[in-house]
Amino acid sequence: MLDGEIVELANVDPTRTVLQFLREDLGRTGTKEGCAEGDCGACTVALAELDGSGNGLSLKAVNACIQFLPTLDGKELITVESLDRHGTGLHPAQQAMVEHHGSQCGFCTPGFVMSLFALYKSQRDPTRRDIDDALAGNLCRCTGYRPIVAAANAMYEIPAADDDWLRQPHGSDQTVADRVERLRRIQHGNSLELHHGSRAFFAPRTIGELAGLLDAHLDATILAGGTDIGLWVTKQHRELETLIYVGEVEGFADISESDTHLEIGGAATFSDAMPAILEHYPLLDEVLRRFASPPIRNAATLGGNVANGSPIGDSMPALMAAGASVVIRSAGGSRELALDDFYHDYQVNDLRPGEFIERIRLPLPGPGASLRCYKLSKRFDQDISSVCAAYHLELEDDCVKSIRIACGGLAATVKRAAHCEQAMTGRPWTEDTIAEGMAAFARDFEPITDMRASAAYRLRSGKNLLRRLYLETRGELTESVYLYGRHG
Amino acid sequence: MDATANKVRKTAVGSSLPHDSAHLHVSGRAAYTDDLPEPRDLLHVAVGMSSKAHARLRSINVDDVLAAEGVVDVCLAADIPGENNCGPIVHDEKIFATDTVEYTGQAIFAVAARTVEQARKAAELAKIEYEELEAILDPATAIEKGSFVLPTETLTRGDAAAAIGEAPRRLRRRITIGGQDQFYLEGHISMCVPQEDNGLLLYSSTQHPDEVQHLVANATNRAAKDVVCVCRRMGGAFGGKESQAATIACIAALMTAKTGRSCKLRLDRDVDMIMTGKRHDFVVDYDVGFDETGRIRGIDFTFASRCGVSADLSGPVNDRTMFHCDNAYFLENVNIESHRCKTNTVSNTAFRGFGGPQGMFAIEYAIDDIARTLDVDPLEVRRRNFYGIGERDVTQYGQAVEDNILDMIADKLEASAEYRKRRAAIREFNASSTVLKRGIALTPVKFGISFTATHLNQAGALVHVYKDGSVHLNHGGTEMGQGLFIKVAQVVADELGVPVSTIRINAADTSKVPNASATAASSGSDMNGKAAQLAARKIRNRLTEFAARHFSVKESAVDFEDSRVSVGSDSLDFAELVQLAWLDRVSLSATGFYKTPKINYDRSTFSGRPFFYFAYGAAVSEVVVDTLTGENRILRVDIVHDCGDSLNPAMDLGQVEGGFVQGAGWLTSEELWWNDAGELQTHAPSTYKIPTSSDLAPEFNVTLLENAANREDTIYRSKAVGEPPLMLAISVFHAIRDAIATDGNPLPALDAPATPEAVLRAIEAANP
Repeated sequence: MLDGEIVELANVDPTRTVLQFLREDLGRTGTKEGCAEGDCGACTVALAELDGSGNGLSLKAVNACIQFLPTLDGKELITVESLDRHGTGLHPAQQAMVEHHGSQCGFCTPGFVMSLFALYKSQRDPTRRDIDDALAGNLCRCTGYRPIVAAANAMYEIPAADDDWLRQPHGSDQTVADRVERLRRIQHGNSLELHHGSRAFFAPRTIGELAGLLDAHLDATILAGGTDIGLWVTKQHRELETLIYVGEVEGFADISESDTHLEIGGAATFSDAMPAILEHYPLLDEVLRRFASPPIRNAATLGGNVANGSPIGDSMPALMAAGASVVIRSAGGSRELALDDFYHDYQVNDLRPGEFIERIRLPLPGPGASLRCYKLSKRFDQDISSVCAAYHLELEDDCVKSIRIACGGLAATVKRAAHCEQAMTGRPWTEDTIAEGMAAFARDFEPITDMRASAAYRLRSGKNLLRRLYLETRGELTESVYLYGRHG
Repeated sequence: MDATANKVRKTAVGSSLPHDSAHLHVSGRAAYTDDLPEPRDLLHVAVGMSSKAHARLRSINVDDVLAAEGVVDVCLAADIPGENNCGPIVHDEKIFATDTVEYTGQAIFAVAARTVEQARKAAELAKIEYEELEAILDPATAIEKGSFVLPTETLTRGDAAAAIGEAPRRLRRRITIGGQDQFYLEGHISMCVPQEDNGLLLYSSTQHPDEVQHLVANATNRAAKDVVCVCRRMGGAFGGKESQAATIACIAALMTAKTGRSCKLRLDRDVDMIMTGKRHDFVVDYDVGFDETGRIRGIDFTFASRCGVSADLSGPVNDRTMFHCDNAYFLENVNIESHRCKTNTVSNTAFRGFGGPQGMFAIEYAIDDIARTLDVDPLEVRRRNFYGIGERDVTQYGQAVEDNILDMIADKLEASAEYRKRRAAIREFNASSTVLKRGIALTPVKFGISFTATHLNQAGALVHVYKDGSVHLNHGGTEMGQGLFIKVAQVVADELGVPVSTIRINAADTSKVPNASATAASSGSDMNGKAAQLAARKIRNRLTEFAARHFSVKESAVDFEDSRVSVGSDSLDFAELVQLAWLDRVSLSATGFYKTPKINYDRSTFSGRPFFYFAYGAAVSEVVVDTLTGENRILRVDIVHDCGDSLNPAMDLGQVEGGFVQGAGWLTSEELWWNDAGELQTHAPSTYKIPTSSDLAPEFNVTLLENAANREDTIYRSKAVGEPPLMLAISVFHAIRDAIATDGNPLPALDAPATPEAVLRAIEAANP
C-alpha cells in the first residue's frame, strides 16, 4: 500500500531494496541514499502494519536502503512524499523543520522528517532524551542538530491542516479505523513464495512451515530484520539464492513470561523486546537505548543478533551474563542450549543446517542479584562497541556469591571472563578483590587492534569497568558520563 | 552609484528568511544530481580501484569486466583523448593510473553498464597484477624519507631561537592532530549528457563548476566552450567538493566521450570515503619560550601534514596553517616551518577551515601548556597574548590586525557564560569526584577572510528582469546548504525593491557566469553578494534613468520599494515600469563583477595583506570525562560570534552552530584509521562517527555579536561565516584537557581526536 493505492508487483527481485524501488522504479526521489548500510538515516521511511490485535496500527521508521521489497507484503509504506501528497500544505513535522531552519543542505532532511513523523505518531510530549533517541539513526552534517531538536518540540504546536490520519499527532487517531480497514484488505494470510530467475524468496506463516522450508533448503539464508543481510547485498554485491523471511511467521515474534524466564521469540524485534527486558533488568536501560537506532531496532531481531554472533554484538554480553539459553528448532524437533555453549569461534556457532533459533530464554532476576552492562564506543548513539561488558553479580554478606562476566569486543566471540570470575567468587566485595579480578581479567582475553580501538585500550578499559561496577554497587558512582547533566 | 546606494532600503537583507529551498528539502522535492530525470540512453559508471598502497601495475586485464552482465564499455588511461590529469593547481594527479598506483583506492579504470549494480559488480572483476613497492604511510616516515608533494616553506619574524633561549621558561612538545572526512550526506556524483557537435553537459555536485568545466575539457580534448557544468545544489560539501568533484566529473565525461551516451557516476559511500580526500592530519612540534606572566617571547613551529599522493590544494591549505598558527596572539619572534608530506594515501584536500584549524589548534595547545605550567587560568594567558590595538598588532606575515575585537568578545563571553564562577565550581566538583571529572575552557577565533591566492578573489553575477517584473538570478557561487542563494537573493531583492519571492534563484551554471572561483574560503556571500548587487544596481539605475525621462522627474525622485516605484508624487508597480522600459528598449539584463579590494600578497615572501579582514568569535565549553574509560561528553557551550551586520541571522546562526558541532566531531569522535597496508578502515558511517543529535550539548547558547558592522566595505558590512565557527570547537578539546589535568599529570599528552582511547591514554600516561 502506498498513498492509499494497492501496489501489486510481479517478478520482484527478492533483494531489491525499498530504496531502489522508490527511486529507480517509481521515480520517487524524495527518499535519499546516504550510505546504503542503515547508518545515516537519509533513506528513512515509515511502515504501517496491523498490530497484534488486528484492530490497530503499528507504525515504525525503518531504513529503506537495506529493507528488501518483498518484506513489505501486506504493509503500508509511507515516504516523505506521502506527507504532503496532495500539496495541501506541509505536514507539521515538515512545517516545524522549515520554521526552525532545520535544513541546510537538505539531503538528510527527508529522513529526519520521517523520523520526526514517527515520533509525532508515537509520542505526545517527548523529552530531549526521547527526541535524541528518535533521531539517533539520522545524521546531519550541517545544522549541528539544535534546530532539528527545536522542530521536534515545536511540531505538536502546529495545527494539522486536515483530518488525515497522517497528520494527527499521537493520541488523537480518530481516523485510524479507515487506515486499518485499508490494510485489512491487503492481508491474504498465505505464505509468500517468489521466484526470480534461479533465486527464491519464501515468507512462511507458521513455525512448522519455516522448519520445513529450512529442511528443504539447507543452504537458505534466514532473513529477519535484514539489518546485516541488507549489507551483504548493497555492499558486498552478494547474490542470495534462497531467502526465507521470518517476519510473517505467526507467534514467532511473541514475548511471554513464565515464573522463571522471559521467553523471547526468535523474530521479536529489539523495539518489542526492549521494554520486556527492561521491566526485569532496568539497569540495562542505557545499553539498550544505545543499541543501534530506532529504525534498526524496529527491524532487527534479538534472535538475529544472537544467531549472527558478531563478537561485537551488543545483546549477547548481557544475555550471557544473565544465564540465557537458546531454544534451537529444526524440522526434527528442538533442543535448548546455554548461550555460553552456543559460540565456537569467530562467526561459528552451534546451529546446524536446517536449524534456527526459535526463542531466547532469559532467566528472571533472582533476589539479591543485579545485571549491569557497559558499552564503550567512540560515539554515544548508533555506534558499534569497542568493548561491551555485562556483569551478573550476586552478593551475600558482602561477599561475592556468584559473578558472571561476559564481554564483547575482546575475543573472536562474546565470551565469559572465566579467570576473572573465579578470582572473585567467594571473596569479600572489596577494592582488593576488584584488583585481583582486574589482574585475572588480563588472562581471559587477547583482544585485537582495529579501527574501533587498540588491544591495549580494550583490555585496559575492560579492567577499569570492573572498578566502575564496584563503585556503582557501593553507591560511590551514581552517574554515567552519558547522562550527566542530561536528565529530563 | 553612491546616490543609489544611499537610497536602497534594507528590507530583505538582515531578516531571518528561511533557506530558499527549505520547503523543498522537507517535502523531498529538492532535486539533487541523482534525483534529476535520467536520459534514456543513460549508462551507470563504477570505478575500478587500486587495492595496493604503492605498486607498479604489471598488467590490467578487463576481459571479465567487459563480459559481465549489462556492461557496455570500459575506460582506461589509454582511452583518454586529452590530458590524463585532474590536479587543480599542479598537474600531478592522474584520472586513471598508468604505470603505478600510489594509494589504495586510486582509480585505475571505469566501467559503464546499464544499472548501477551491474557496473559496481563488474568493477570488481578486473584482473590486475601488481608489483608492490615500498609505501610511505604517515607524515613522520615521509619526513624521514624526504618525501614531499611540494617544497617545505618557512616563515620567520624576529629571532625565535634567540627569544626562546633567553626566555625565563621554555616548553617543547609534539602533538598529533587527526584528519577528518567531510562526510557530506550526498556522496560525489556527476552525470554527463552529450550535446550536439561534441558538446558536454555536466550535472555535478561541485563547489567549483568552473574547474569541472576546464578539467573535463582538458581531459576530453575539448575547449571550455564545449563543456557546460551545472549545479543547483549539493547535499553538503564542506570543501570536499572543491577539487575532488572534478575527478568524478572527468570519469563520467570520459565515459560519455567514449560511448557517446549519457553517463552517471555516483560513488557509493565507502568508495567516496576511500577515493576522495579529507582534512590533513598533522604532526606538530613546537618549542616555546615565555615569561612568568605567560607572555610568549618566541615560538618555533614545525608542521608536517599528510598531503597524500599529490599536491591537490595542499599548497594553499598548508599556507593557511602558517597564517593561522598565531590565531588571536601576537607572536613577536616566530619561526614556522611547514612540510607538505607525500604519503601513499589518498590526496588530502579542502575541508572547512582549510589548514587554519590545525594551525590554531597548535598555538592553543601551546597557550594551554604555558598556563598549566604556570598554574594560572589559561584564559589569563590567552588575554596576555592577544593582539593589541595600535600596538602588537602585526601578524607574522606583515598584515596589521585593524579590526581587533578579541578582548571585547572575550569579556562578553566570560560574563555571559559565567566562566569564572563555573570554573571554580568545577574545581570544587573535581576535588570530591573520583571517577567523573569536569573541565572548562574558553578559546578565541580570529580567521582571515579571502582566498590567499589573490587572483581567486573575483566573482560574477547575471541578473535578468523579465517583462512581467520577475527576476532571474545567477551568480558564480554554489549552494551546499550554507544559505548563499537566499542571502544573495536578499541583496538583489532590496536593490530592486521587490520581495525575494519575485526572484528565481538559479543553478550555478558555467554558461551563465564564466570563470567563477570555487565557493570556498567562506567568501561566497562576500563576493557573489557584491557581484549580484552590482548587476542589479545596473538595472535599477537604467530603470531610474528611464523613469526620470519617461515621467519627466529628476532621477532623485525615483525610488523602489515594496514592488512599487515612486516617481515624484506618483507611483506604479515595479512590473509596470519594467514593461514601459522594455517598450522603450531599455536593457533589462546585466552582469556584475566584483574583485575584493585592498588585498595584495607576495607568496614568495609570505608577506603582505592576504586577507581583506578577520572574523572573530569565542566559545566556552564544559565537558565531563569518565577517567576509567576516557568517555567524554559536552555539557554546555556558550558562543559569541562575529558575523558583522548579518545578511540573514538565521542562516549565520546555522553556520555557527553547525560549524561548532562539526569541529567538535573533528576533535572528539571522528577518527580516520588506516591499517598497516595503508587501507583506510573507517570508510562508512558504521566506522566513522560524526556527531549525532545526542552529542549536542544540553545547554547550547549561541549569540551573534550585535552592532558589529564590518569596518571593511563588504556586502552590507557583513562578515563571512562559513569556516570560522568550526574552530570554536577547540574549546571542547581544551575543556577535556582541563578535566583530566591533575597535580600528578598537569600537562596531559592528549592527542586529537580525543576519543575515549586517546583520553584514557593521556590519563594513564602519568601512572602506567
